[in-house]
Amino acid sequence: MLQFPRWKIFLVLAVLLAGLAFASPNLLPKSVTDNLPDWAPSNQVNLGLDLQGGASLLMEVDLAFAADERVKNVLEFIRDNLRSARIGYQNLSVSEGSVVFDLRNPDDATRERMRAIISQLSQGLLISTDEARVTVSFSEASTVEWRSRLVEQSIEITRARLDETGTKEPSIQRQGEDRILIQVPGEKDPDRIKQIIGKTAKLNFRMVDQSADPNALRAPADAEILLSNNPENPQRYVIKKRILVSGENLSDAQATFQDGQPVVSITFDATGGKRFADATLANVGRPFAIVLDGKVISAPVIRSAILSGSAIISGGFTVEEAGDLAILLRAGALPAPLIVLEERSVGPGLGADSVLAGQIAAALGLALVIVFMAVAYGSFGLMANAALVSNLILIFAALSALQATLTLPGIAGIVLTIGMAVDANVLIFERIREEVRQGQSLTAAIDNGYKRAVTTILDSNITTLIAAFLLFQFGTGPIKGFAVTLTIGLLTSMFTAIMLTRLIVILWLRRNRSKALPI
Amino acid sequence: MALIKKLPIDLGVRFLEYRKIFFVISTLIVLTSLALVAVRGLNFGVDFRGGTLIEIRTHQVEELGALRSELNSLGLGPISIQEFGQPRDLLVNLQKQDGGEQEQQVAIAAVKEALDDKVEEYRRVEFVGPKVGEELKISGILATVLSLLGIAIYIWIRFEWQFSVAALVALSHDVIATVGFYALTQYEFNLATLAAVLTIAGYSINDTVVIFDRVRDKLRRFKKLEQNELLDRALNKTLSRTILTSVTTLLALVALFLFGGEVLRGLSLGLIFGVLIGTYSSLGLAVPLLSLTDLRSSQDEDEDSHDDKTLPKKDDQSTPIHLG
Repeated sequence: MLQFPRWKIFLVLAVLLAGLAFASPNLLPKSVTDNLPDWAPSNQVNLGLDLQGGASLLMEVDLAFAADERVKNVLEFIRDNLRSARIGYQNLSVSEGSVVFDLRNPDDATRERMRAIISQLSQGLLISTDEARVTVSFSEASTVEWRSRLVEQSIEITRARLDETGTKEPSIQRQGEDRILIQVPGEKDPDRIKQIIGKTAKLNFRMVDQSADPNALRAPADAEILLSNNPENPQRYVIKKRILVSGENLSDAQATFQDGQPVVSITFDATGGKRFADATLANVGRPFAIVLDGKVISAPVIRSAILSGSAIISGGFTVEEAGDLAILLRAGALPAPLIVLEERSVGPGLGADSVLAGQIAAALGLALVIVFMAVAYGSFGLMANAALVSNLILIFAALSALQATLTLPGIAGIVLTIGMAVDANVLIFERIREEVRQGQSLTAAIDNGYKRAVTTILDSNITTLIAAFLLFQFGTGPIKGFAVTLTIGLLTSMFTAIMLTRLIVILWLRRNRSKALPI
Repeated sequence: MALIKKLPIDLGVRFLEYRKIFFVISTLIVLTSLALVAVRGLNFGVDFRGGTLIEIRTHQVEELGALRSELNSLGLGPISIQEFGQPRDLLVNLQKQDGGEQEQQVAIAAVKEALDDKVEEYRRVEFVGPKVGEELKISGILATVLSLLGIAIYIWIRFEWQFSVAALVALSHDVIATVGFYALTQYEFNLATLAAVLTIAGYSINDTVVIFDRVRDKLRRFKKLEQNELLDRALNKTLSRTILTSVTTLLALVALFLFGGEVLRGLSLGLIFGVLIGTYSSLGLAVPLLSLTDLRSSQDEDEDSHDDKTLPKKDDQSTPIHLG
């Protein structure tokens, strides 16, 4: 009746030994685990940001803003190219994400030429005509691809910027269609990260329109009014829309000093250098503007052609601002602004406090349950306690081996598991007690008790697992951690109750040959 | 040595006799909870309402009134400051600002600037923008409803429909009561406490299923036993286990409540309340609800044909004599 085949005994022992092996690195200092041979399990439990401290930022790529710019670019392209091709048009404007205008002379030949010119810009443009009216919009497919590429680019540039600042081990993941999750363990200053990725850092060089009055309400069609960078007393400039050279053509940027002032020295790549040389050559004596994110940093007069392919940006920077700008320019401009949707950061102090509090609570909870079980069930209680301790070891082994993240609510999940884990044993013991009271022999009672209790244990645990699974599906970060430890705890407690305590009870029975149940 | 020996196997509590009282109590609990949520409302954390929570440790103990009026003069709406665990740890709660996500960032920066010279460490910053707050709310409700349905469906598959309905009613009772508890105590209701509520659903159903299992077992074995008598016996047979498990779980949770730190306080208190209410509802609600239906009607239809197979084997046939 009380068969427990030899292979099952080995299986239980093997699982326990593996559990010990995988859990033990958590007791060793990091310096030891790093030097263990490859075959030895060396993974420690992965602490969540709320326990080790760190920052987590959920950013959204501002696609609406970028889409706006994208359409405006089409508009500018149409303006420039139709004019130079001498195709007459009027009422050029943006309407509902499309560029619309009216041809002055809507005959077939003009339409054909117009189409040919506009399709040069992009294959993804749809050009429809209705009498004189022309509507230029983006095809659905090209928009989908554009969005995806934009988010990919944003991730790359975010990564490059964080690498440049020496941020260690940042995790940057795409979430959903247009979101980026940035997690930086150990980061004490999330504001610093926000500073670094909070600017798009679009740099370009454009001419100042000297013919227009900066104080006029409207700028000429090919120019715009921009403000200078100092917030207290912003100066107005009329800046041509045409870009001479943009930040994409930089090969390097370094913070340095000029006349004791922090400045950023930039080096153009070959194309940029040539464009800059041409532009400066043609405009000696006239002012040009260095524009960063729509603000004029400075507008110096070109004294002579600059052929060296490098330039200095000065704009009354502090040392830190110059350093940051150099980093941003090296890493490149973000294609669209990033918006902070969610921010969670935990200082290292609170993280350490939480770990300590969690350890104390778990140890005390464990002690209370162990004492209670020993008092209530005597020798059988000790068996349940052995299972409880093995259960904890297995939980930590599973967490380490799976490299699941342990969060603060996860610790709560473990403590809860400590309380609930003995349930399966209690269920079995009570069933055995009942069977004995009904006049069965001890062996038969134990055998039946286990058989009957197992379906109950499965049913009751599966319902809890359903709740845990949904928590995992719908929860975020820390809550996922709670669901993970709860699930692992339920599974290991089923194993220890059904397999391990059963083995112990049977061994006890074989050794003692007792006829009376001690409980 | 084993104290359990002193606990009789069958306590002989006549649960079903008191079922009307239990139903009245449960109805009162549910109505009170709903009223509390409606009138007092839940103290939503930033997860659900959006906004910002900043936990700081100051250099020295600050005068809260002065700090409060300083922050409230920033024009960022009402900003609350409260002590968190110890005098130098403060929680600063910032309301959701009008406008989009950018406006929230501006407000956080302004508050940090005002606090900067007093702060030794920013222990925690939690900012949830309006967009994500809305999403979290929806997924929270979805997770709760789906958990309850998922559990009910599982019970339906494993048992009969009556069990599933009774379980669903008892579970909803527990969830509503726990939410009501948060409305009463005004502990912050956030993602972690929602997790507590769902775990309570899991715990309570665990308890209920154990008793249901016994009811099913007895239904198969004692075809002639009067239904209420049968339910009472099933309850009493599992009562010692129900109590013992509640005690061990409560022991662990009390340790968590007392020593698990300030952040987990609300979560562990909710769990403690939930274990109590869940245990009560398994005994006083889920099983007595079964008595309102005829458990044997559906049983007879599909069990008659294979009665012999489901009937207990040799060793079980002796049991009715003991109980008779």
